[in-house]
Amino acid sequence: MTWTPSAAGQKRIDEIIARYPSKMAACLPALRLAQEEIGHVSKEAIDWVSRRLELPRAHVQGVVSFYTLYHQKPVGKHVVQVCRTLSCALVGGERILDHCQKKLGIRPGETTPDGKITLETAECLASCGSGPVLTVDDEFVENLTIESIDALLDRLRSEP
Amino acid sequence: MTEPVKIVTRNFGVDRAWEIDVYESRGGYEGAKKALSMEPAKVVEEMKAANLRGRGGAGFSAGVKWGFLPRDNPKPRYLVVNGDEGEPGTFKDRALMQNDPHLLVEGIISACWATGAHTAYVYIRGELKLAWQRVEGAIAQAKAKGYLGKRPFGVDFPVEIHTHRGGGAYICGEETALLNSLEGKRGEPRLKPPFPAVVGAFGCPTVVNNVETIMNVPWIVLFGGEAFHALGVKGDGGTRMYGLSGRVKRPGLHELPVGTKLSTLVLEIGGGPLGNELKGVIPGGSSTPVLLPHEIDIPFTVDSLKAAGSMMGTGCAIVLDETVCAVRAASNLARFYWHESCGQCTPCREGTGWVHNILANLEAGSGKVEEVAVLLSAAKSIMGNTICPFGDGAAMPIVAFAQKFHDEFLRHATLKKCPYGGRFAA
Repeated sequence: MTWTPSAAGQKRIDEIIARYPSKMAACLPALRLAQEEIGHVSKEAIDWVSRRLELPRAHVQGVVSFYTLYHQKPVGKHVVQVCRTLSCALVGGERILDHCQKKLGIRPGETTPDGKITLETAECLASCGSGPVLTVDDEFVENLTIESIDALLDRLRSEP
Repeated sequence: MTEPVKIVTRNFGVDRAWEIDVYESRGGYEGAKKALSMEPAKVVEEMKAANLRGRGGAGFSAGVKWGFLPRDNPKPRYLVVNGDEGEPGTFKDRALMQNDPHLLVEGIISACWATGAHTAYVYIRGELKLAWQRVEGAIAQAKAKGYLGKRPFGVDFPVEIHTHRGGGAYICGEETALLNSLEGKRGEPRLKPPFPAVVGAFGCPTVVNNVETIMNVPWIVLFGGEAFHALGVKGDGGTRMYGLSGRVKRPGLHELPVGTKLSTLVLEIGGGPLGNELKGVIPGGSSTPVLLPHEIDIPFTVDSLKAAGSMMGTGCAIVLDETVCAVRAASNLARFYWHESCGQCTPCREGTGWVHNILANLEAGSGKVEEVAVLLSAAKSIMGNTICPFGDGAAMPIVAFAQKFHDEFLRHATLKKCPYGGRFAA
């Protein structure tokens, strides 16, 4: 099945392509756009990027597999990324990740059975002075405690 | 005492400083206006006189870098701003972009004029959504005012700025990997030479500068390179963003004159270690070799850190106290580098995995005494044998940990367990 973005997405990709002297340069933004619409970078999304930017599918696939922010499989409604790098680890990051795993009953890379939360680990999120830190769908939550994690995860899970 | 000079944080704490009216009410865009009234070569001269050492980690003189652009190349020139902050321990550029995006835009306009670039790309780490939104907002506002576009401030010198969001890869902070990523490729570093100044973005001459570096340009234009140089030490001018994280009482960011002592930053400004005793300081991001407590009474500058056997790096220090296991800390960083190695060069791709395995085994209690020597040899086999500085950056901190805390490493093997209980205290 072929996939194409929404009308707004089409317009946006046209604008993005115009920013660069080569179409290839729009590869990362095009993949991001597809992921925002589909939820992950599907095979159909790769086909679309390949057609739209006149790139071999292998090139697009190579780009997708190089970077960590492109989900190659479907993910939950929310993606929680817990920083596991040193500055956060030194102030409680290990405990925070353990607690998330226990509370959600899943390991990093997995999604809760209700499809609401995908848990991932992240490398240093540039928030070292206010660790431990995690992101929920690109929003930062800093200075985490067990209590604030509980409140956050409960809220995400109780949302309709 | 005079008030300490604030250059890149002067709008921190100001309500809605990212809005153009607030920014302009505080003297914003005066530097860019002045720059565009000067000869471009004069701006480069001031930059050279400023001795502004690049704030991304390598510490190269920004003015000298601008001077590398070839004069007789007919191709367009590009300015690429590196906002791919990801060096563990480093959290300054995210704060700068979020708090004062117009200062970045103003710096870019000035730098474009000086270098003859009509197009600038700001490469922003993919995870930093708010920073990206703020920079996008600032670009749109500057464009609406006519500061960007065909005639910035009425001068016939078109300037366009575009943001480019990363895809999640530490290596893209390396300038040639960043350029490949900008061009829509895997973020694998390129062989140098040719340097980006000659063959950079899209095959054209390109200047790549860090976010903080560029944000200093308007001040240098307004007050002169010499005045900037005088704020710091000889050969390393200005103020810079210093950061503190880890086991320290008061973590945070501070803009301080270059030359402030590392000990002052950690013990006075940061309030000292969280625990009873300082164990060590990783001075400028995770790639910089750890310093012991008796080694930190030195000016926190590019040259003095180098003389101390470490590196200035990003100026953001990670503090370790007596509760921290050196093997566990090294293992954490080794895992990071193993995860982030782009895989292009065998010594780095394989070596980072070996280094991490040995450290993880030691920490788990299954390591052998002789493996500490293997660890050192594996790490040293990466150094100098890779296309980009990532390999050195991955190996150097591990070598420093294993040498400076050698007994602790051996003890993990002889005890067959981590003497710290196999956890960080927190």
